[in-house]
Parts: sequence; C-alpha cells; structure tokens
Amino acid sequence: MSITITERAAEHVRKSLAHRGRGAGLRLGVRSSGCSGKAYVLEFADAIQPDDEVFENHGIKVIVDRKSLVFLDGTELDYGKEGLNEGFKFSNPNVKGECGCGESFTV
Amino acid sequence: MALLQISEPGQSTAPHQHRLAVGIDLGTTNSLVATVRSGLADTLPDATGRHLLPSVVRYRDGADVIVGEAALAAAADDPLNTIASVKRLMGRGVDDVKTLGGVLPYDFAPGDGGMPRICTAAGLVSPVEVSAEILRTLKQRAEAALGGELSGAVITVPAYFDDSQRQATKDAGRLAGLTVLRLLNEPTAAAVAYGLDKKAEGVFAIYDLGGGTFDISILRLNRGVFEVLATAGDSALGGDDMDYAIAGWMLGQAGVDVATDLRAARRALRDARTAKHVLSESAEAAVQVVRADGTVWEGRLGCEQFAAIVDPIIERTVAPCKRALRDAGISASDIAEVVLVGGSTRMPRVRHRAELVFGRTPLADIDPDRVVAIGAAIQADILAGNKASDEMLLLDVIPLSLGIEIMGGMVEKVIVRNSTIPIAKAQDFTTFKDGQTAMAIHVVQGERELVSDCRSLARFELRGIPPMVAGAGRIRVTFQVDADGLLGVSAQEQTSGVESSVVVKPSYGLSDDEIERMLRDSIAYAQEDSVARDLREQQTEADRVLAAVENAVAADGATLLSAPEREEIDRALARLRSLRANANAAQIRDGIAVLDQATAEFAARRMNVGISKALSGHRLDEFS
Repeated sequence: MSITITERAAEHVRKSLAHRGRGAGLRLGVRSSGCSGKAYVLEFADAIQPDDEVFENHGIKVIVDRKSLVFLDGTELDYGKEGLNEGFKFSNPNVKGECGCGESFTV
Repeated sequence: MALLQISEPGQSTAPHQHRLAVGIDLGTTNSLVATVRSGLADTLPDATGRHLLPSVVRYRDGADVIVGEAALAAAADDPLNTIASVKRLMGRGVDDVKTLGGVLPYDFAPGDGGMPRICTAAGLVSPVEVSAEILRTLKQRAEAALGGELSGAVITVPAYFDDSQRQATKDAGRLAGLTVLRLLNEPTAAAVAYGLDKKAEGVFAIYDLGGGTFDISILRLNRGVFEVLATAGDSALGGDDMDYAIAGWMLGQAGVDVATDLRAARRALRDARTAKHVLSESAEAAVQVVRADGTVWEGRLGCEQFAAIVDPIIERTVAPCKRALRDAGISASDIAEVVLVGGSTRMPRVRHRAELVFGRTPLADIDPDRVVAIGAAIQADILAGNKASDEMLLLDVIPLSLGIEIMGGMVEKVIVRNSTIPIAKAQDFTTFKDGQTAMAIHVVQGERELVSDCRSLARFELRGIPPMVAGAGRIRVTFQVDADGLLGVSAQEQTSGVESSVVVKPSYGLSDDEIERMLRDSIAYAQEDSVARDLREQQTEADRVLAAVENAVAADGATLLSAPEREEIDRALARLRSLRANANAAQIRDGIAVLDQATAEFAARRMNVGISKALSGHRLDEFS
C-alpha cells in the first residue's frame, strides 16, 4: 500500500499549511457520493486517527484512513493548471470510470 | 480530471446543504420508507400513523388508483383488479409468470418484448407500473413528512435479484419520479441498520424471510469494510407461500374449488394471514370459509396442523443457508451474529429453525419489518452527501455469474458469481471463420454451462471487423458492473479498433423507449387533465354569467334598454350560449368578455336605478 505526492504538489501543500498556521498534514480519502459513485476527499488534517495510515513524501504527511486506502492504493497526487484554473489532481490506478466533471469516479 | 482544492476537515461537501434522501424497502407484502433526521434513522408513518404500506394496488375504471391499506381491504371483493405481491413479477417474462399463474389470480396479457401485463379495469398494466404506484405513494408520504422534494432514494432489492429484476426495480423508481441513488441488497441494508459496521471484525449471517422472498447472506467485516462473502436464497419463497398453503388447507377442508370461486379464495387468503399471526402467539386459531352459495365452513387450526402446513416451507430455507456457508468457505460456528429480517421471522417456528441452522440465538432487536428500510435510509443519507467523509463504503457481490455465448451453445463466464462490485473484466475472443466481418455477442447470466439453461440478458453485434483468416481476429469483450449491480458490455476488435457496446437491456425489462412512452403518456395525460379542468371552469363561469344577464334583461330590459342595445346583448348572449356548448376554454372566456362589454352600460344603469329605488322614500339625513 502506498500513496505518493509529487514535489510540485508538496510545495503547494507546504505553502497552504504554512498559511493556515496549523495542521498535521494532508488528508486524502474516498467517500460514497457523486454522479459516478465515489468522490475524493482532500482536506487539511488536524489530527491523525488510530485507523489512519501515514505516508511521508517530500516532507509532507499524507494521511489516509484504511477504508479509503483500499480505493486509493497507488494514487499519486499532483498539482497542475488548466487554463486559468489550477489545483490538485488525483492519478488513481483503481479508477475504472469517471463522471463528466471528473470529481467522482467508480472503482 | 477535475482540479480539487483542499478543504477544512469535514467540509468536503460544502456546496449543498442538507439534502432529503430516503431509503425505500419495496417489499412483496409491505413497503416502507425511512429517512435519517438529526442523526437518527427511522421509518416514516402515513397520516394515520401506519408505517407499513401494503404493497397492494387497486385499479378502477375511470377512477384514481388506490394503493395500500384501502386496496388490501378491497382485495377480497375485487380480486382481478387488485394487484398484490407484484414484486414476484418484476423483471419476469410471460413464461416465468405461467409457472406462478396457479397462485396469482390475475388475467395476464402477453406484452411487447415478453413482459407480462395484467388486465385491469383501468387497462393493461405492467409490473413496473404497479410498483411505480407503490413507490409514488411512499414518495408523497416522505415529501409530506420532510417538507420538501426528495433529492434521491435508495431502493432495496433481494440479493438474489438478477439483472432484469434490478433493472425493472430501477425503472419503477424512475417512473415514480424518484432519483434512484442506488439499489442496495436487502441483507446489506439490514447489517447497516444493526450497526454491524461499527463493530470490530466478524462474519455475520442475515436470514431474511419476508412475504415473498428468502435471502441468506454471509457478510464479513474486514478493516472496517463490509464485504458480502456469499448470498443464496429463493426468490419465490416466503410468508405468502405459507398464507397460500394455509388458505389451500382451509379451502380443501371446506370443499371449495379455487379456480371457480376466486372471491372465496381471496377471502380465505386474508383469513389465513390473520390465522398465521394469531398462531405466532396462541396455540390455536379459528378459521372459516364462506362458500359461493353463502354457506359457511368453520374450523380450528391448531399448532400441530399449522406446523405440518408451514414446516415444509420453512425447511426450504435450510438448503440455501448451507449453500451460502459453503460458498463463503466457512462453517456455521464461524458466524458471529445472525440477524433476522422480514415479517415472517416473527414466527417462533422460523426463529427456532434459524437458531438450529447456525447454532446461536439470532439478533432481532430492531423490528424485522423495518430494519431494511432503516439501513437503506442510512445509506441514502450518505449517498446524498449529508454525512462526514469517512463513512462506510459498502462492497457488494454479483449474485450470478455473467458471461457470453460461445460456439456450441456453451457459456464462457467473464465475471464469476460473488465477485465484489463495482468490477470490470475483459476477456479476448477470436473469429471462427475466414473473412468473418461481424460477431454476435450474446450476454447471459447464470451458473449453468449451457446457454439454454441461463438467462439471456442482451444480444448485440460487433460489425466492421476487417476480413482475416479464422482465429486471427482478436475481440476483447469487457464486462463492467456498476455499484447498483447493473451491467454494461463492450466489444472491441483489437487490430482495427472497431467497437460496439450495450448497456444491458434485460430481455424482460423496459426499453428506454417504453419508459419514455410511459413518462410521455403521464405528461400528456397531465396536460389533457388540466385542459379539461380549464374548460369545465369556463363552462361553469359561462353558465353563471348567462343566467345573471338573462335575469337582468327579463327584469329591466324593457325599461332600461333601447332596441339596438337590446339586440346587441341578445347577440352576445346567443354567441356565448353556442360557444359554451362546443368550444374550447379560450373561446368561452372570450365570449364571456364580449357579453361583459355589451352589458357594461346596462349594468351601470341598473345600479343607478337600484340605488335611487333604495333611496326613494327616505330622507337623505337617514344615510349620513
């Protein structure tokens, strides 16, 4: 089981965390929702829970609960731009299909 | 791929606030609707406080459809137009229905595509339409109780339902105007309702004996994830069978022939159900049969006789239990908890049998009738996005293997039974003739080796394969089952890239065209209805105006109107009279306006005359 984060993404997380002033790391997760069944969770984490797994990349703690990890194993989190829009991108090898907006997916 | 931003903890679903979502247990005998409010899940009662909606629909000639208790009450007197246990017909074909014909006293008409339709006083209805009436009633109940439009619903289905039965259920939801968030297996919903997901790890058995179906499911909790290890059951076994067996015994004792006396049969069925409930608590129940000639047979049904009637039916639950344990690769002693679901599990004989099979006392704290709806509501709440992000994720399995037909009428399984869903699997096939340019793909569902023993789900063709020698073409067939257990199949020729696909339209389900036609019909009728109402309103208004003007002309026409004025009013009156008889609402409205205009001056004069009459003979200071 592993989750990775690119250096570019780590840089943005570091900046965001510094601006926020607190937080143990970045929480990635999956929830049942959205037009294609599941949606990503991308949040600041204030605490690490007992059933969390922590992956450290480029000095950033990426925190994933074990239930979500089933669907996120092997995911790489990147940061990118599309026109004027910019943000984080999930590259998840478990995804078998996505909805049009790409915010939800099926595994 | 969307670009995401980081949210504050627990705020990932910010854009929409609370959305109203319900869980619906669409049962064979009874249906329920439940929702989560302030963190608590419970079923919603109707205006009279009843939670269970009998899954009974009565059709009448030229009158509204009746659903529920009132329809059930009429079942004995109007058997052919009162549809009960329609869930048994969902997704079934005409041939399947024939085997059930002996126990379901309806007139069937063969429908398009092999879907059975029932002849009623209101015309032909399909099982999907009947189910939609039940769902519509529950939707209205929920919207009244929650004070808003539903954003979505989770509808439960027996784990044993095959693809066409699931599709038919989803179609019924759409027809009822519901957004079906997910179809959820009933045992999975029950496990969620019991909060088994909050426990540590363990293996659980869900024993569900409802009105019309029996399901046994073996669930395992693994690292907080629910997994359905195995399911087995019988989609035509339940409390209804006991009712029929008891009613059959009663009618036999009374010497009544079911085929010639439908009314007595329906009444006996209702009394049999009552007797069954009585015998869950008492040792004896009084029963009677009213014959067609008015004579009455009276008898008593004792414990031993009752056991002799129902035990063979209960016994039929044992083999599926053992099969499920075997499929799951466990023994009964590995089961941590047994959960009872379905009204029939209130019967002591059923509880006793379940306890014997699994060797432990079953859980039955939650009302076995409501437990499935409650679990569905919890799931609906999560799917609607009202819950925190780390809620459970449910894994389900497909109940029957999916495959395609290969040469010789054999089945090649692509996705084997009990695979967890969602799932996608591909398999390569090849051409079998030189220069073959097309390939017929026949999708089947079942465990048997021969196509003829499996259920045919869909057929489609892959065309445009470049001519090659036999065996050179590489056709990759991909099966994809979504979270609802619904199947999509695609085929692609690997060298040329030509592709063809089908979202499985089960042979006995409704095609999109049919669904659209039904939806269009319902809209068209809605327009027709509103046009008719408008016309009636204008006709009523015309009657009122005509009478008023005629009276006024008769009273004051001679004194207050000149001859030309009188003629104009008469013309307007005549015109409105003829419009009222045969025109549309807009023309009548216009006729009323013309008459109003023609009589405006007349009305003003009458008003003045009226006032001076009222004033005459009085001194002005009386009014100041």
